Parts: sequence; structure tokens; C-alpha cells
Amino acid sequence: MTTIIETKKKVKLEIDGKTLFAPEGSTILEAARAAGVRIPTLCYHEALSPIGSCRVCVVEVEGVDRPATACNTQALDDMRVVTRSERLFNLRREVIRMILAHHPLNCSSCPKNGDCELQDIAYEYDLAPNDFGSYSIKTEEYPWKEFSTPILDYHPRRCVLCGRCVKVCKEIRGLGAITMAGPGALASIQPALADPESPSRCVSCGECMRVCPVNAIEERMGGGKGKPWETEKTSTTCAYCGVGCSLELNVVNGKVVGVTTDDAAGVNKGRLCSKGRFGYAFIHSGERLNKPLMRNEKGELEETTWTKALTKVAREFRRTLAEHGPDSIAGLSSARCTNEENYLFQRFIRQAIGSNNVDHCARL
Amino acid sequence: MTNSIAEIEEADVIVITGTNTTENHPIIAQRIKRAVERGDARLVVADPRRIDLVEQANYWLRQKPGTDVAWLNGIMHWIIKNNLHDKEYIDERCEGFEELAREVERYTPELVESITGIPAPDLIAVAELIGKSDKTTFLYAMGITQHVTGTDAVKSVANLAMLTGNVGRRGTGVNPLRGQNNVQGACDMGALPSSLPGYASVADDSARRKIAAVWGVDSLPSKPGLTVTEMMPAILDGEIRALYVMGENPALSDANITHIEEALDKVDFLVVQDIFLTETAERADVVLPGASWAEKDGTFTNTERRAQRVRAAVQPLGSCYPDWRIIQRLFQLMGFSADYASPEQIFNEIRRVVPSYAGISYSRLEKGGIQWPCPDIDHPGTEFLHAEGFKRGKGLMTAIPYKPAAELTDDKYPMILTTGRIQYHYHTGTMTRRCPSLETLAPEAVLEINPSDAERLGVSDGDMVKVSSRRGKISLRARVSGTVEKGVVFTTFHFSEAPVNRLTNDALDPVAKIPELKVCAVRVEKG
Repeated sequence: MTTIIETKKKVKLEIDGKTLFAPEGSTILEAARAAGVRIPTLCYHEALSPIGSCRVCVVEVEGVDRPATACNTQALDDMRVVTRSERLFNLRREVIRMILAHHPLNCSSCPKNGDCELQDIAYEYDLAPNDFGSYSIKTEEYPWKEFSTPILDYHPRRCVLCGRCVKVCKEIRGLGAITMAGPGALASIQPALADPESPSRCVSCGECMRVCPVNAIEERMGGGKGKPWETEKTSTTCAYCGVGCSLELNVVNGKVVGVTTDDAAGVNKGRLCSKGRFGYAFIHSGERLNKPLMRNEKGELEETTWTKALTKVAREFRRTLAEHGPDSIAGLSSARCTNEENYLFQRFIRQAIGSNNVDHCARL
Repeated sequence: MTNSIAEIEEADVIVITGTNTTENHPIIAQRIKRAVERGDARLVVADPRRIDLVEQANYWLRQKPGTDVAWLNGIMHWIIKNNLHDKEYIDERCEGFEELAREVERYTPELVESITGIPAPDLIAVAELIGKSDKTTFLYAMGITQHVTGTDAVKSVANLAMLTGNVGRRGTGVNPLRGQNNVQGACDMGALPSSLPGYASVADDSARRKIAAVWGVDSLPSKPGLTVTEMMPAILDGEIRALYVMGENPALSDANITHIEEALDKVDFLVVQDIFLTETAERADVVLPGASWAEKDGTFTNTERRAQRVRAAVQPLGSCYPDWRIIQRLFQLMGFSADYASPEQIFNEIRRVVPSYAGISYSRLEKGGIQWPCPDIDHPGTEFLHAEGFKRGKGLMTAIPYKPAAELTDDKYPMILTTGRIQYHYHTGTMTRRCPSLETLAPEAVLEINPSDAERLGVSDGDMVKVSSRRGKISLRARVSGTVEKGVVFTTFHFSEAPVNRLTNDALDPVAKIPELKVCAVRVEKG
């Protein structure tokens, strides 16, 4: 027996004086991350191919004059890379300063406060509002424009033009419903319309919102989302179709205010459709039933107590059983309820009623 | 699904039929798209509608609604005739090949074209593609099953998969995409009239005895019960006197709802347990408010047999209770002891009753979902079924003749109506239509109609139209679109303002008792 060994070639390189091996074809960023070396990033997202737009991940490569962006430079044999130096610190600080110069600094009133990748990196590079008085690009107000879907709002002033949203729409959704348009720092994200007459290709999945490092794309009908430190996240499984995507319900003050995902979790690996991401408002709908109802003498449904309602149900079941036998009662369980509830429901019909008249909506 | 969602991307050929995956299972559609765009897989779409995935497809077979058995037999005819079937696999693992081969012999590409409308060269090309590829995965959904010949069509997909050796290996399989979050689990749990938890037949004495012992009862009923589609007629016949409905809305979701409404009005006692006052709950004698999914703990089992945790994020609203607590209380009021302190305790009982769940525990699920069968606590779960052989021994190939749909068009009802879902809403819309974002995206029902039909009827895009069938009439807005073929119209069943199930046919598949929701004859008029 010959053992088959993974024969993918490795390259040997040095990062910050540490020798390491990385699979051929890796970028410097991937090689560094695999070895536990942190290179700061902003436009880079693990689920996407490198964008290389923000230049925060610059590193020095021996023998190359200009600093290289680690996210899209291939790691090569015998390469020597430096990720931390005064020159790099200043370069990165300058890049972040340029971005912050046209990003509103009203962090305290932004729902992303505390969970913002730009804020984190500005903090890391010791930037404060009085550090960019000398820049004044992108100062004008943008007129409000419809985004690719009526359920999301795009805020051009907050946008750092990293391009993640455009990339995710193309690479993950295969749609290309949005694009970056306009000159330089005044560019913005816009619906991509091949033909102004044709409807948007956007399917309102909200992937663009998920990958946005700041808060440039947000739910229009959300509101009052709460700050990250007061938000509790509960991991659960989506209640709609049979794919069973993993998601996190975001709860503030006992109310579900949004849905987020964990990029590593479940069959969906962070992705969701419109129902999974935006289909939560029903939970707190004013139309929810919150008390048992019973039909009164006038034939109307009227609120009652649990004891009265359940006693009535048990009495009617018992009477029907006595008069017509177990097969005169039937139960419809639910493909929407949990396994535990379905199990208990069929056990109730089979044991307490004594009939196999139990089914659910599998056929519909 | 015999196989897993992730394996779809490992197939050489992906055949999707009767599933508008982009709308109904968007996350799976993304995987299909990616596999095709990377060039790793070839895509065959067999669907009467020009669904979104047709854009990516290498081949699109546009069959007339209700003719699936015919085109599937046609593919098999060509494969066998040209010796492209997997003889070794068939010899070793299957039976019934001779009968199948005899049956499909008459389904020449020309005959199939005359029945289905699929051009013979396209059928041949797809047969060659499937026959010559190593790994083909077959994905289907209600477009295959919601017909009077639904069982036949599913068996035909299985025939083709076995014929080409595409069951029991990674990246292959017969893969129904299940429409509801826990339809797989509800079936596994025995919420079916002829199966106990774990799929043993109710007529199986030893299986019944085993479960009776766990439940602490002397015996359990052995006579198969009625399916949902049989219960309603049984109410009208006076056989069923009381009905307990939990989390379902048959007054909107079932075929021919006029008939359903009659039954719900007639039944002596109707109790409905739900989170909203649905069209069904409005007719109840007692309505019990359940807790929503965000308010309870438990498990769902997805389409690839993966059990996953559901966790309460918020407290139940008002005086609502999780459904399990309500059932438990009723149990007690009926004089039985049912003392569970938590869903986990119920789950631990399930593990004793359903062998394929025995190895799944709440503590294991903390690390992620587990696919059944998982017979013991050290078992990793099962990615794909039938690796070692079929449960019944040999895989049974069945000779299946094509039979037409129950309802055919005539002068009075000259068009075919087919129904489905869109991605922004879910089923009868009780949840999604109460989400402002989703309601903004799709606020009303629309009828897709082919431009040539629209022109003939004098209907422009956005006009209101009346659609009637032998059972009822609805009004909705027309969307003139090439998505549907001439002579076919499509709409969804999400909207109570235009309840399409007033029109649909409640004729049933004789085995699965599934209604023919995908084909009925209608008349469309402006106005």
C-alpha cells in the first residue's frame, strides 16, 4: 500500500524574521495569518477574493522599493517580509487618515459604534478627530438616492469605498447588482443597471450590508438597533425553508432588532437570503395572538383564560371519543414546529386519543 | 436528500427539475451557480418555466407541466439504447432493470417530444451528458411531487439515478429539497398517519410494542390514519368530528380551499394553535396562542437530515406558551402523565425511540448540526446514504408508464395554471407578510402570463385579470413575462387577497395523497 500524501508545493519565506512555509499560491496575508502574524486590513474579507483598494495592509518586501499590499501579493520562495516598521506605521496611518477625513465622526450616535472596523483601526493607529483638519475632500452633501433595493439605505458619506459590497454581490450571489461609480474619492456605490428600463438584479439578500465594515448600508425599516454592547446574540436556525441556515438573533431590551451571522457557522457560512435576514419583524407584530380565544354564545371568538380554553379542549376531545371513538379525532402537526413538538403532538394523538390520524403539511 | 448540500458542488452534472431553487432555496442556488461558474459542473434545468437558473444552464428542457415521467423515461431510453448505463452497479446493487428497460423502450425521443414538447436533440444531448458523466446529482422539489403522478415521477428520478450509478456516492444522489424548515424532522418524528417515529409502519407489531413500552402504554393503534388531504373529505362524510391543528393554515395552503372551508366549518370541534389568527384559526372553536420560533428551544432537522438547535432569544409574548408546553398540558388534562421539564428531556426520549437520532444529543449539537443516521454517541453522523447498499437490500427499479395530469384543458378552461413560491414570502405569508421589509419587496400577488397570451386576451402588464377554474375564481394583477410558456400561467399561494388555492385541483396522487397543485385548467380574462 502506498500512502497518498498531500503534495501541494510549499514556499519558504521569512516574515518579521520568522521562517515559515505556506502553500504555493498563498498571498503574503494568508501566509502571515496562518502563522499567527497580524497584518491590519480594512477592505480584505476572508470570504472574498482580495480587493486591494484600501492599502491598509501594506508591508515591506526586501528588494522591492514600494511597499506591497499583503492581501494581493503572492508569497514567493525566499521572500523576506516586514510587517511592522515606523515607515509602515506612518503609511498606514496616512491611509486611514485619508479615509477618515471624509467619514462622519459622529461615532457616538452611530449604531455601529463599538463594532466598526474603521473605528477599531483608527484607534489602533492613534487617530483622533483633530488629526485631519487639513483635508477637505468630499465635504458636500450627497442627494438621497434610491439604492438597489427599497429595503436598504446607502449612506455615501459613511462609505469608505472598500468595494466589499460590490465584490460580495458578484462573487457570492453571482448577481452584480451594484457597482462603484464616480470619480476618485467622490465615487459611490450605485445600482448596476445594464439598461435603465430593466429591473434591478438585486434580490435584497443584504449580503452587501453584512460585509460593510462601517455602517454605509443599513436596513431602512430597522431602526433603534441598539449598541453592540447592549445587544445579546442568540445562535439559532432559520425558521423558513429547509436549508436550515445558521443565524444570530440580535436582541436589545427583550426585542429582536436584527439578524447577523457567523461566517464560519452552519450550512450557509454567514450567507442568508432576504427572508432569513429581514424576516424577523413578525415576532413582535401587534397582530400576534397573546391570549387564548374561545367562541362565545354569539359565535364570536373572545379572549379567555388558559384554564378555560384547555379544559374546553380536553372536554370536547373526551366527549367525541366517548361518542364516536378515537378515529373521529384527527390532528395536524406542523413542519414549522420543532422536532420535540412534533414528537409530542403525534404521541398525544396516538396515545391520548388512540388514533393514527396525525399528519402535517409535508404534501403542501 | 440522500446526499449533503455541500456535495452539490462536487458533482460533474447537476440536474434540477421541479425546483425553482433561486426563489425557494436561495442558499443552495448560490452553490449551484458557483459550481457552474467555476466550470466544475454542467447544469441541466428541466422546468416548464424559464426560472432564474436557466440563465446558467447548459441545457434547458422545457417540459409541459405534468409530463415528467415521459421525459425521464425518454432519457433512460436513450441511455440504455446506447449502452451508457452502469451495468456493474445495476448487477450488484439493483433489481427490476429488465422490466424498466422494457417499459422505456417505447419512449423514443420523438414520442417524448410529442408528449412533453422537449425537442428530441435536446433530450438526446442531456441523456448523453448524464450517461457519460461520472457524478450526477438530481435535485427536485414540489414541481416533481405535486401531481397525481408525483410518486411515479419521484420513482422515475430514482430509476435514472440508479441506472447511471448515481446513488450511494459523494456528489451524486436523489435529493429532494424540502420546502419547510422542519418538514424533514416532522416526518422523522412520526407526524405521519402510517409511520411511527423513525419510519416504522404503524402496522409493524414489534415497532409498536417497543414504542408502547417507552410511553408506558399497553398498546398503540395499528390501523393507518388519514392524511391531511383525506381528513377534510372525512369531515364532510361525518367520520371526523374533532380536529386539532397546530401551526398550519390549510384554509389557504391546501388545494381547492372552498372545499377545505366547508370542512372546517362543518367539523363539530376545531382547535387551532398558532401565533396569528390565520384563515384557519378564524374558523376555530378554541384558539391557543403558541410561542414563535424566536421564543422557544428545540431542534429542527434540515433537508440534508441535519439536526440543529433552535434557541430562545426572547421571552414568549404575552401569555403565549411554547407549543410543547401546551400539548403537555393537554396530555395531563386528558389523564396522562407527561412530565417533561424541557425540550431536551423530550429530545432524550426521541433518542430512545428513533434509532437514527440515538447518537445526537443537545451537548453534541452545541458544536454544530449532526446528520442522521447517527446511531451512537461516537458516530460522526452520515453525509450521504446508501454507501454500503440500500436499506431494503437491492435498489428497486420500477417500470413506470407515463400518465397525463388529472385535469386537462378544454375550450372553457384553455390554459394551464401552475403555482409556487417567491423568495420574499413564505407559504401563506402569516409571518413574512407581517415583516415590512419583505412586504415592501412583494406586496401583492401577480399572475405571470406569456406575451402572446396577453396580446390575445388584450391584457397589458399591470392590468387586473380574473382567473377561474372549475372550482373558483380570483382576481390579481398580470405580469407579462416570458418566464412562462404560451398557454401556461403562474402565481404564488402567499396572498390571501388572491388565494390561488381557490382554483387548484384537489385530485390526489394515489400513493402519496399529494394534491395536484402544479397543474389545473383555467380561464384568464381581463378585468
